[in-house]
Amino acid sequence: MHGVITIAATEIRIGLRNRWIILSSLILLAFALILVLLGSAPGGEVKTDAVTVVVASLSTLSVYLVPLIALLLSYDAIAGEIDRGTLQLVLASPVSRGAVLVGKFLGHVAVLAIAVSFGYGIAGLVAFLANGGGEAVALIGVGRLIASSTILGATFIAIGYIASASVRQTGTAAALAIAIWLFAVVLYDLALLGGLLASQDGFFARTVFPWLLVFNPADAFRLYNMSAIDALAVGSNLGGAGSALPLSGLATMVSPVAWTAIALGLSTFILKRVRP
Amino acid sequence: MTEIVKARNVSMKFKAVEALTDVSLGVAPGEQVALLGHNGAGKTTLFRLILGFIKPTAGSISIAGFMPGSDAARHVVSYLPEQVAFPKMLTGREVVRFYARLKGAAPEGVQAVLDKVELVEAADRRVDTYSKGMRQRLGLAQALVGNPRLLLLDEPTSGLDPLSRQHFYELIADVSRRGCAVLLSSHGLSELEAKTDRVAIMRKGRLVADGPLAELQHQADLPIRIRVRAAAGAVASVHAEIGGGRINCASVELYCAKGDKMRILSKISGLGAQVEDVDVASPTLDEVYRYFSNNGIEQIQRGEIQCTA
Ligand SMILES: Nc1ncnc2c1ncn2[C@@H]1O[C@H](COP(=O)(O)OP(=O)(O)O)[C@@H](O)[C@H]1O
Ligand SMILES: [Mg+2]
Repeated sequence: MHGVITIAATEIRIGLRNRWIILSSLILLAFALILVLLGSAPGGEVKTDAVTVVVASLSTLSVYLVPLIALLLSYDAIAGEIDRGTLQLVLASPVSRGAVLVGKFLGHVAVLAIAVSFGYGIAGLVAFLANGGGEAVALIGVGRLIASSTILGATFIAIGYIASASVRQTGTAAALAIAIWLFAVVLYDLALLGGLLASQDGFFARTVFPWLLVFNPADAFRLYNMSAIDALAVGSNLGGAGSALPLSGLATMVSPVAWTAIALGLSTFILKRVRP
Repeated sequence: MTEIVKARNVSMKFKAVEALTDVSLGVAPGEQVALLGHNGAGKTTLFRLILGFIKPTAGSISIAGFMPGSDAARHVVSYLPEQVAFPKMLTGREVVRFYARLKGAAPEGVQAVLDKVELVEAADRRVDTYSKGMRQRLGLAQALVGNPRLLLLDEPTSGLDPLSRQHFYELIADVSRRGCAVLLSSHGLSELEAKTDRVAIMRKGRLVADGPLAELQHQADLPIRIRVRAAAGAVASVHAEIGGGRINCASVELYCAKGDKMRILSKISGLGAQVEDVDVASPTLDEVYRYFSNNGIEQIQRGEIQCTA
């Protein structure tokens, strides 16, 4: 337990001084502010809560950026320490390998939570104030976005550890992390879309597709946020599948949580076999 | 004497590579042992076995009676790897504090070891501003914190200048006086400057020597080198008289066993004015090391020297 806290605290310290992490949370903030400004432009008379609209756009942003930041934090966690020789030092001291991984995980999730809270918190607050206050309920939406983004990030942090523990070079781990991101966030959805087009109203669209959608933690995250917000007001290309989904509401978040648990277990298993 | 680390008939095979063969070695509390050998001799492999990172294919190792890699054993040992790069974003103090906490050491120990390795002034600067010598000292501070009973140092002085090296050995002597067992590796005997109690030499995964330096010098029984500088024009007759080899147009060099030294020296003094100077050199530490690590004296080969005198 002592080791877990020590490792987590040090990872937070390193993460908050990492200029890539600082840069990406600034990018998050910049994107968020742009969306806020576009969202609050006098577009029409629709007085749907402006903050809610912004939260909907930000959740789409999260699907791409949060996994990227998460992998940026985690790809180096094991391979980098093997490369630099510090893993030997940590494993020579009386901490278990499981504690090393859990400590890193807690530290990295904390860094990600700070980055997301910073970016979305400021953007949400600006949207709230720019629209002359409004219902405080809208701020709950911002909180929900931050919390679910952190869970999505935790999933990709854990998946990043699998990549990092499986190879011995930082460079290889980085390439693997980019491949994971590209597959989970871009290619997977393209493939699903292709499948949908091929079988407009067939077995795939009705039975397989909804499961495949929930199976991907990034899509599950998107579904959760779309269903939490009034999806109709925002208009989503995936909204149509809503009725046929195997899981709905908060239950869709089971997917990223389960992925996190599996990935942490698997990366601990791999780390236990590493011979530093 | 109860040894802190005890390796018995340890062998380690990596697929086709026989990295260690039948190595037995022990280090007692307060003892400093230098593990010498060329690159690839198996020094790092022995350290990794002692740390429990890998398991020997034959033989056994115990650390204060515990299995290598067990929790109890890891409370006993401290390690400084051959190459380590600490997180650049952290300060020296943060690095040492991190390892102190992992080892469950008292927080006061951090300042004490920083003081010992003379890093107090730089302690609150980031590691990426440190020089090579400072990084090496930080590595040592990390190993010393928590008063380990066994210190494993893999080539700790390679790349250090002579002054830092000397300072380094003073630090090591200090910790071993407090009862810590020290096993350090190096790829040359001269780097040690004869500071350790015992020297163990490895060649291709085998332990070929293990004992105090004086004993190894005796064991090797290397010849003594005698160099005679002849007076002008007398080099040929001096050479004819005492034998050996001519190394240039004025000097003759010969090697003799320790027992023959006085006989040859008196012969040389009998040459009178033909000899200008005599230089007698005992085998150097490097020659003793080369004797063991290369299995025998290298042949002294020299071409014929043409003199136009
Ligand atoms: N993980 C490994 N896989 C295969 N061979 C290895 C491995 N580690 C070390 N060796 C081999 O074992 C021998 C000893 O290496 P090492 O212990 O690193 O030597 P030293 O530290 O004395 O330079 C070398 O021939 C090296 O190539
Ligand atoms: Mg080595």
